[in-house]
Formats: sequence, structure tokens, C-alpha cells
Amino acid sequence: MKTLDRHGRFLVRLTLNGIPEEGFAEPRMLLADFLRHEIGATGTHVGCEHGICGACTIRVDGKATRACLVLAVQVDGAAIETVEGLSEPDGSFGPLQQAFHENFALQCGFCTPGFMMSLSEFLEINPDPTANEIKVALSGNICRCTGYHEIVNASLDAAKALRRRASQTS
Amino acid sequence: MKPAPFDYVQPDSVDEAVEVLAQYGDDARVIAGGQSLMPMLNMRLVRPHVLVDISRLPALSSTVDEDGVLAVGAAVTQGTLAAWPNLGMTLPLLAQALPYVGHFQTRNRGTVCGSLCHADPSSELPLCLALLGGEMDLHSSRGVRTIAAENFQRGVLTTAKAPDELAVRVRFPKAPAGDSFAFREFCHRHGDFAVVAIAARRSGTAISLAVGGVADRPEVCHWNSLPDDSVEDALNDLAWVLGGNDDIHATARHRRQLVRHLGCQVIDATRPDDGTE
Amino acid sequence: MPDFSIPEEIRPEARHVGRRMLRIEDRTLLRGAGAFVDDAPVKKGTLHAAFVRSPHAHAEIVSIDVTEALAMPGVFAVVTGEEMAEQTDPMIVGFENPIDYYGLAVGKVRYVGEPVVVVAATDRYKAEDAADLIAVAYNVLPATIDPIEASEPDAPKLHWRSDSNCVSKRHFVHGEPGKVFAETENTIAMTIRYPRNSITPMETYAIIAEANGESGGFDVLSNFQGPFSVHTVMALALRIRTAALRHRSPRNSGGSFGSKLVIFPYIVVMCVLARKAQRPVKWIEDRLEHLSASSVAPNRITKIEAAYTNDGIVKALRLTHWDDHGAYLRAPMPAPIYRMHGVSTNGYAIRHLEVTNHIVVTNKCPTGAVRGFGGPQLYFAVERIMQRISVLTGQDQLDVMRKNLIDENQFPYRTIAGALLDSGDYQKTIDETIKAGGLAQLKERQVKARKEGHLYGIGYASCVEPSQSNMGYISTLKTGLERERAGPKDGAVASVTVSVDALGSVNVIGDSVPQGQGHQTALAQIVADQLGLDTEDIVVSLDTDTAKDGWSIAAGNYSCRFAPASASAAHQAAVRVRQKMARIAASRLNVAVEDIAFTEGKIHAVNNPDNAIPFYRVGGLAHWSPSSLPDDVEPGIRETSMWNAPELTPTTANDEINTSLAYGFGFDFCGVEIDASTGIVNVDKYVSAHDCGTVLNPGLAEGQIRGSWASAYGATFLEEFCYDADGAFRSGTFAEYLVPTAADLPDLTLVHPTPHPSPYTRLGAKGIAEGNQYSTPVCIANAVADALGIDDVQLPLKPAKVLEWLAPEEPPPSSNAILGSAARLEPATLGQPTISGSDEMQMPATPAQIWDMLLDPNRLARIVPGCEKLEASGDKGFTGTVILGVGPVKGRFDARIDLIDLEKPHKATLVGSAHGALGASRGTGAFELIGNDGGTLVRYSYSVELSGKVVAVGGRMIRGAAKQLIDRFMHALVQQASRDDGPRDPSGGLAGRLKRLVRSDR
Repeated sequence: MKTLDRHGRFLVRLTLNGIPEEGFAEPRMLLADFLRHEIGATGTHVGCEHGICGACTIRVDGKATRACLVLAVQVDGAAIETVEGLSEPDGSFGPLQQAFHENFALQCGFCTPGFMMSLSEFLEINPDPTANEIKVALSGNICRCTGYHEIVNASLDAAKALRRRASQTS
Repeated sequence: MKPAPFDYVQPDSVDEAVEVLAQYGDDARVIAGGQSLMPMLNMRLVRPHVLVDISRLPALSSTVDEDGVLAVGAAVTQGTLAAWPNLGMTLPLLAQALPYVGHFQTRNRGTVCGSLCHADPSSELPLCLALLGGEMDLHSSRGVRTIAAENFQRGVLTTAKAPDELAVRVRFPKAPAGDSFAFREFCHRHGDFAVVAIAARRSGTAISLAVGGVADRPEVCHWNSLPDDSVEDALNDLAWVLGGNDDIHATARHRRQLVRHLGCQVIDATRPDDGTE
Repeated sequence: MPDFSIPEEIRPEARHVGRRMLRIEDRTLLRGAGAFVDDAPVKKGTLHAAFVRSPHAHAEIVSIDVTEALAMPGVFAVVTGEEMAEQTDPMIVGFENPIDYYGLAVGKVRYVGEPVVVVAATDRYKAEDAADLIAVAYNVLPATIDPIEASEPDAPKLHWRSDSNCVSKRHFVHGEPGKVFAETENTIAMTIRYPRNSITPMETYAIIAEANGESGGFDVLSNFQGPFSVHTVMALALRIRTAALRHRSPRNSGGSFGSKLVIFPYIVVMCVLARKAQRPVKWIEDRLEHLSASSVAPNRITKIEAAYTNDGIVKALRLTHWDDHGAYLRAPMPAPIYRMHGVSTNGYAIRHLEVTNHIVVTNKCPTGAVRGFGGPQLYFAVERIMQRISVLTGQDQLDVMRKNLIDENQFPYRTIAGALLDSGDYQKTIDETIKAGGLAQLKERQVKARKEGHLYGIGYASCVEPSQSNMGYISTLKTGLERERAGPKDGAVASVTVSVDALGSVNVIGDSVPQGQGHQTALAQIVADQLGLDTEDIVVSLDTDTAKDGWSIAAGNYSCRFAPASASAAHQAAVRVRQKMARIAASRLNVAVEDIAFTEGKIHAVNNPDNAIPFYRVGGLAHWSPSSLPDDVEPGIRETSMWNAPELTPTTANDEINTSLAYGFGFDFCGVEIDASTGIVNVDKYVSAHDCGTVLNPGLAEGQIRGSWASAYGATFLEEFCYDADGAFRSGTFAEYLVPTAADLPDLTLVHPTPHPSPYTRLGAKGIAEGNQYSTPVCIANAVADALGIDDVQLPLKPAKVLEWLAPEEPPPSSNAILGSAARLEPATLGQPTISGSDEMQMPATPAQIWDMLLDPNRLARIVPGCEKLEASGDKGFTGTVILGVGPVKGRFDARIDLIDLEKPHKATLVGSAHGALGASRGTGAFELIGNDGGTLVRYSYSVELSGKVVAVGGRMIRGAAKQLIDRFMHALVQQASRDDGPRDPSGGLAGRLKRLVRSDR
């Protein structure tokens, strides 16, 4: 049985976008805070801390997850993916980023990492979604700037690009 | 908006988990997916002395297709259950209702048993359990007991589970051949807690309705037969009996109207096919 | 793709302006490499702040005990309101008023969520731990939340120095409204209650503050958005020279929609805290703080009256507003109502107008800017009355609107209240919109739907869209005499600096403080056009630093300032750079300055492109070889434009004011279908068109329209900050304050009408970001009025409300008997704070025995749920500690119970109050003990009022929770009376009724 005292700070190791990282966390430290302030990966944003706005959505072992609703100590050993890992190896935009860029699918950009991380899992599960399916999948992410229309268009474009890529590599 | 301090325990077995619960009782909280608990921790509405994380217990991570029953372990997520092969055949009501439980991102982590134990009067899974009439297995250092669905949820955020007990699994009875189910809810936005949620089961001439969001817990009403021309009156009386409360999202009256409206819809939706297929 | 292209004759030289250029900002934002405040590295030792906030709407602060918090390891400083009052001056507002506002409550609290104490600790978690240890004792006062009731003489007064909660009242008469109202054939009056909402940006307030020993002032990094006139307010409050308050804005800000204007009181508080802690202090507002206590648009009650002819020509308008600003006025409040003063008649040629503005304080969150800034409230009233007049005159609403709109040949048009409407052709915009948007087809749809028995309505709305505020308009709230004393206020200066370095690289800085609108991209387009470069050649930096940048009081991001003002300043600065470089080049190329052209990185003779000098060479000369420059040309290339428009004149003696510089025009129509069974309103089609003059970048412009539309849709259907009648706040989470998601929004059809560029802005551009805030709520409300044939439509359009409009009567139950004791539960209504009910219970004990239990602290302690200790206190009173809650939600409360109206052993009333970290409650329970054969029949009734955190975040379940606690109390009473430990089904009554229901004959 692993027992962590409230006053202690404990080593948490994980991989962040494939790279091993580690830091220390009190038991109560939220994963979002751990990523941003312990690891220094500030691309993941915190918007509500009660699981509704979706700004802090990341992937934990492949699953899109609210980083404000998980404790850092719970993900010791997990594979974490964040917005910082969406670019191509050469640093150019990946398909999601490119589609968001071309569609004006962001304005202030604060919610955008959460949208893209939700989509990155959703488009794996459903590579050829309808606009309505995208809207339902994104209903757990709030954006106050764009009115979502361009985000949905970007999602459709990204799905197309990802399908093209999948057919090329297979 | 950060949690108050707590000790964190990750037991290696159910026995270890219930040992901690026996020691701390109401000062311990069990966390599995944490999708209901974490917001309350962040808001400091809940301040446990110790948090018992059962999310990685292998013993609780399985879903077992037993004889006539689907037994879902306490660490099984809503997303995992939704993807269970043939769920639409074995538990058509859950297959219909699960997509309305939060969002796919919260279903990725939120557990079935966690939602049941959280006992929100508006949430979908307690409603389904109430209608299906399953059972919960509760373990404690005092022993093991099984509690019937109808006795599990007692009121707002309150269940029959004692503080030293761990909900280990829920057992949903599989749909008997010939029974049909339907689920509808009204919420202001997709993924919200329902203002009113209704599930129906038709078994021969009998009809059962479970209603969430109106009383302090999902309530079930059962008719041995309900002729078409009585449906409207029956639903109206049901609406009045359940009463409902006003809050900022809806009035009691609107909730009663949704009982009538959605009740009609679910009853219609459970009608057997007319055989043209 | 909509055609947003700009006609060639308008911008012949534009290669970039008007094009759908992709955003420069995306390069970092999409990689998670943005630079928001909370991303900024901080100095070692930076502390984190957390607030103690009021659970009460109105209460005196009896005492504050911070000892325990200060003793906590990691806690460095605590600041209370008293200290703020000692160390700072009240934050000034633009007129004499009785409000002393310090950022922290002094003496009393005036709304739920008001900051009372702030604490700095080594991290946010610890700071919140420390805040929990601070004990504040309150004496609760009656609250007032309705702006009209609050203005009554007997209403509870919020501010000690005030005679009335109506802190400003102004009456304006333009034309001869009294005479015209008396003479015109018809008059009509309506009352509008516009709700409180906000647009809740995804990034909340964020501040890092540090005392600066050199200047004696402070260095602050925050997402403050301007106007920078408020910089003065902060410096004056802090009692420092304005120059000693160095404020920096980061590169990125996560949206604002106005809310980040009123972050400034928090900046003042953080400065004081940092000075006391002798360390930098960082505060990131959390979402609960944001929803309860940041900033909202004022809710408003408007009584609107119109005088109109039989054929629907409106001759005069009378507007009486009660603008509800919550507990304090914070600069530039009460600006929204005055910002729209010039366009009180919207786009209609109405020449007689009477306006009365009541500025009222109530026990609610203070107000601030919200996208639309006074427009939604105003136009809702004006456009609703146009719809009503069309019904009353038997005409189509659109026909009535068109009869009253300003004619194309009247531009520029001076409204009766002083606005100078710059350009437009409203009739043409409408023609183009109804054609491209398919109004004829929509009307056919309506006919068909109605034939099929559906409730289908069509709505219209138009709006004049003001942009770039006249900094003088707020002075309109002063009398002419007061204005004369204070000196003239007018104009709105925008600043952009363009510089070219020694290698020809172009740097642009500006004061527009963007929050996601894409200003960097648009400015790069404007400057690139002037200098014959590509946008890739331009670096635009819009993070700001008051110590180093060019800025003036109007700097910031609000009221659609960018397209008219910042774009003009950028254009002017770039033109100056161009002129200077042309002079240098002309001297080198031996041609006249006027014959110089800039093309693709070259400066050349216009008629001989080969006679050219590279752009970068001219930059090099200006920096490396001042001696080679023409005699009167200064070295270096750096031009700052401080641009102002002469049309922004001060308020006249007759209170006429050109409130803004440019005025676009929007026109919407929509079709809605209402579900008769549930009251759900479905928007079947929505068409929107905006003439905003020159479009700088269609991708950016369309984003502003769609974004505004989405938030306006939220305001129409979902968003409202709810308060109970006692001031308890109800909308404390994103599960209570509902904002639209991707799945909620219907399709929006955009029509792009012929643009009518502004003659008063350098590029002809007008604002585009706010139009749908004005038009959409009332367009949909007009459609609902049309569908239901009703006149009173109030927002938000929650189905529960619509159901009341379409079916006033609820079908009764088949018999009252089925309700059982439920019939005695008081039906609750929205906005009523009280949870009340009554019931009775048989107890196996005599009245005297039960009486003794209630009066014995030891036995009462066993009955009161969660009672830890209870001691007699005073006459027939008890104090103690209780742990109250349901399920896992529990908190420790300090409680007091008094027994009054004692009539031994028959009647007693318990009056209780409790407060703790979860909130506060007050309640009464009246008991009647009636002896009978089996013991005693206990009749009881109760009422409970709750406020604070638990109500703000858990209102959905609060009634059920309270009932559960009362059940537990009664159950314990029975147990005490009977020593019966048997379980009791708390919903046994309901279960029984459900069974009876089914047994009843079907």
C-alpha cells in the first residue's frame, strides 16, 4: 500500500509527449498545476478547475482527460500528451494545428489546447466524423471567442488530413 | 480553488482499502475516477483526512458477464462500459443513457460505481440502476453485503453505503428478451446534469418509469398495465406526486411538464415494433 | 467563403488590407507557447494570494481575526479592508458620489463574494489554507437587489454617506418630446427587465505585483485591458506618482469581452499586499471568484414609451432607465448607459427624445464592461417597441422599421442626442440581407408551419454599432455647470509606433492590448501596405509597458476601438515612416519625393522602377550615416502616431454628445419554432448582416461576428447571474452559469452587405465585434413575441419561463388525495431565498418531555444534526459548533440557536444561525406540541435562508439537502423521544404516494 502524507512532497515520474519528466507534488496537487508549474509545460491552460470548461484537457495514457480533475500523484508512471506534442518532429504545425490555423479557429487561444487535445483522441476513435458528431464531442470544451463554427470546420479539415496521412502510411 | 490537504493512500487490495476505511470512516473518501469528487475537493466542499485511490486496483477493474447479470467493478469507467461489446443487446438502457453522462473526456475517467455512489438526484446512471433494479456489493472490514438498487440511494448525495464500506461492484440485470427500454432527458446543454431524465421499461403489458431530477433521488413508478388512453392522466399524476423543486435552471412546474412530455416519449419509444421488419 | 473583398476604388494600393491573411498570433498559441500572465516566469520567492470573501449580501463586519492564519508556516502577509483604508485612497469615479471603494470591504460587506481579507503565502494551496483560518464575524443586514426597489427611500442603504441607493439621476430632453407625446395619435409603453450577464473569458484575472524601491511605486504585470485612464485611478489610490506605477501587459490575454477592465481594484490590493509582504505577489483569479465577484454587465429596467402615428411612424421616444450597478461603482462606470446616449434612437430618424438615467447600487457584484457596453439593454427596449408598434398598427415589423430608419441621403446624420452617424445605407443593407438571407422563403416556412399548427415566429432587429468611444461621453452624466468646472473632455487618442532599423527590419508597437482579436496580423497588413513589404517583414509587438510605450488615456481594448482608432494610428505612423524614407530615397535617386513609390522591398521612382534603392539601404542610411541624410531629416526612423479624430467633440451645453466616432449598421432576422409542450425555443434560421465599412481582414472580422453571435445566443437563452431576493448568489459555477457549447448553437447565415466606409477613420474601417450583442437577443425575442402573440418577453428565454407564457394553467392532478402530505410543501418560486415547509409527526412522549428535550442543551445537542458541542448562552439561547452537510459535503459551522415565543409546553420557535467556510444560514422552526393518546402530535414549520459558497455552487441540490437535514433533526427528535433506533426511510412518504398512485384505478 502506497501511503503519502499530506505534508510530504513526492516524486512523480511520467513521460510528457514521449520525453521522461519528473517533479515533486504534494498529494493534493492537481495534475494541471504540476504540468504547468513543476514541469514548466505551460501550454495546458486552466479555465475553471471544476471540470466543465475543458481548457485543461490533456491525454493520459491516450485518454482525453481534465487535468484539473486528476491529482499529480495519480498519474505516476503515465504517458501524458499535451498541446506541446502536436507539432511535427521538425517543429512545423501538425494536422490539427494546421487546420485550426487555416480556419481562423482560434482567437485568444486560451481554450485551444483543450480543444485540440479532445480532438486528438476523438479523431482516432472516429476518423471520419460528421459535423454534428464533432459538435457533441466538443461540447465539453468551452470557447468564448469564436462561436465554434470555425473550430468545427477545422476539425473536419483535420480529420481529412489525418485520414490522408493514415492512408499514406498504411 | 485548490483542495485542502489530505493524505493519499493507494491500496494494493480491496482488503487494504477497507482497512483504511475502517480506520478513518467518514474522514476517508474513496476516489476512483474522481470526476464528481475532484470538483468538490477543489471547491473545498469536501475535506477528507485521507483519500483512498482505488482506480488502479486490478480486482475492481473488470466487467464480468455473469449469468443474467453484468457485474461492473468499481474502477471500470463509464467509457469502458459504453464500449462493452453488445451492450446494446444486453443492457440497452445503459447503451442509450451512457452517452449523456457528462462528456467523453469525463467518461474516460469517471466510473460507473463512482457515479452511483455520488448519488446526484439528476444523474443518469443512478436512474438506470433504479429502473433496472440491480445490486451493489459493499465490502467492509465487517464483511460483505449486497444491497438492492431500490435501497441504495437514499436522497441527495446520500446512499445506504456506510462510511467504512467500499462499493466493489454493481450488478445490472441483463434485459430479458422481449423487454424494451427507452431513455430521454432534457438539459439546457449537452452533457449537463439533466433537468429531468426519464427511463422506461416495457415488459409485456407492464410499464415502469424511472424519473430523475424531480425528487431527491430517482424514483420508480410501476404499472402492471397502462392502456394508451390512461397514459396522459397517469403521467400527470406521477408529475404531481413527484412534485419537484424550483432552482435557477427550471421551475417545479416545468419539471412536472417534462415528466409528462418525456414520459410520453419514452413510453412511445418502448412500443414493440409493429412487425413490419 | 463569404465575399469580403474591398472594392478596388476604396483601397487601390491595398495588397494586404482586406485580404484573409492567416494569423501571426497562431504561431505560438497553437504550439502551447503563448505568453499569458500565468505562463510568465516569476522571481524566486514570489508569493501567491488568496482572498477571504463575503458569504453575505449585506452585513457589518464585526471582527476579523487573522492570528491563526499569520501563525501558519509559509504565510507572509495579510491585508484587511481597514489597512486598505489607511494606506490607500478610495478609487475615484468620474463624478462626485458617496461611495468609498478600496478593493477590500471596509466596515461592511455589500455583496456575496466581496473580498474581505487577502493573504499571501508561498503557494496558492497554502494561501487558501490560510484564508480558511481567518475568522470574520458578521452582523447580517437586510439586502436590496432590485434597482427600482433599491431606489425607494425605505430601502436598505448600501453606503453610509449616501441618501439614496440611486447615486446619480440625470434627465435629458432632446427636441420637444412632451409636446410631441401630447400631439401624436398613439402612445405605447413597455417595461423591459434586461438580465445580468457577462461573457466570462476563459482566462480569468491575473496579476503579478511588486513594490519598486527605486520609484517608490510598483511594477505590475497583469491582463488589464484598459482604458488606461484607469491607470490614473490606480496610482491615485496608491498615493504614488502616476509614472511610478509601471504596468505591463503580456503578449497574450485569454479573452476579456470587457471584464478585464475592472481588474484594477485587485491590482491596487496586490500592490499593497506586495509592499507589506516585501515580495512579489501573484494572484490568479479562480473561476468561482470570477463568476461571483469579477464584473458583469449592469442589469437594467427600462420603461420605454413611444409616440407613433397610425401608420407606424415613431415621432418621439421616452426612456426611463434604472441601471443596476451592484455594490460599488468602479471607473469608468456607469459608462455603458452614457456610451449609448447619442444613439438612444438607434438608427431611426426620431427627433424627439426624453431620457432619464437612474444609476443604482444594490447588493450584487459590481459591474464593468461587457461586450456591447450598454447597447444590448438599450436596443432590446427600442427594437421590442418597434415590434409592438407593428402589431398595434397591423403591419409587418420590417415595414415599420424601414419607415423609421434614417435615409441614405441624410448621412452624415446628427441624431437628436448628438451622435454623428458617419455613413451607411440602411435600406440597401436590409434589401441585400433579406435577398441573400432568404426572407421570402422563411416567410413561406412560417405559413406552412402555422398551417400545421406549430408555434412559429419571425423576428427582426437592426442596430447602429458604435465604435471608438469618445472619452468625453461619460461627462454627459454631469450637468453642464459641472462639466464647465471640470474642463472639456473629448477625443480618444490612439498610439502606434513604427520603426525601421539599420537592416530595414520593421517594428510596430501599439496600445491596443489585444485579447485574441488578431491585432498583430491586422497591423502587419496595414504597415506592410504602406511600406511595400510583406507581412513577413513586419514584427508587431503589442505587449505593453507604460514606462516605455507611447500611450494615452484611451489606450486599451474596448468598444470596438481597434478598427477605427488603432488601425488609423498604424496607418498614420506608417505613412510618416514612408514619407521620411521617401525623402531619404528621393535625395539618393534624384527624383521628387512625390514621385517615390514603395514596392516589394524597394523604394523607387514611380515611373522608373529601375531607379531604385533597396528598402533596407534607406534604413541603414538613417542609422549608420546621419550625415548623408537630407538636411532637415532627423536620424533614425521611428514614428509615433498619437491619432485623434476631430469629430469626437465634447458634450454640448444641451447634453448632445457624439458618443463614438464610427457607426456601423447591423440587420438580423430569424425564424423560431416553439415547442408547445415544453417551452423550448428552437432557432430554425438566423441571418445576420453587418456593414462595418472597410474590412481589414475578413477572417478576423467574421470571427468577431460569429463570436459575438455565440455569446449573444448565450445571453438570449442561457446566461444570467441569479440572486435570491435576500442577495444570495446562485450562479457560482460553470454548471450554474451556463454558456453555450458547440452542440448548442444553431447555424448562422452571414450576409456581407456592401460596405460603407467611414469618412472619419483613415482606412474607412469601423468596429465589428459587438453588433450581435445588440441585435440577436431582441431579434429572437421579437420572433418569440411573434410566435406566441405576446407582448412581454423577458430574457433569458429559459423553457420554464416560455412555458408560463404559452400555457398559464397547469393541468391539475386527478385528485388532491394522491398528493398526500406533499400538498403542504410550500411551492417555491424562482428568486425566493427561503426553503420552507411544514409537516407533522406523532411522537411517543408527552408534550412536557419533548419540551424538556428542546430546552436542554445536552439533549438538544443529540438532536441537532452534526452537533459537536452546544452550550447555554444568554436567556433561552445556545451556542455551539455543528458539522453540517449531506453526503460527502460537510463543513464546520459556528451556530447559535435562540428559543423564542415560548408557551410551555405547547409552542416554541427556534431561531438559528450558522456560519462557516461553506457559507451561512439563518432559519426558524416553529413547533406546536399537541398531546394525544399516543403521546404528542408535533406540528412543525420551518424556513431556512442560505447564502455563500454552498448556495453559489450547489443551488441545484440545496433544497433537497436542507430537507434532508430537517428530516434528520425530526428523526433524531423522535429517536430521543422514543429511544427508537429503527431505520426510517427518508422518502417513505413519497414511496407511499407512488404506490398509491399505481393502485389507483387505471
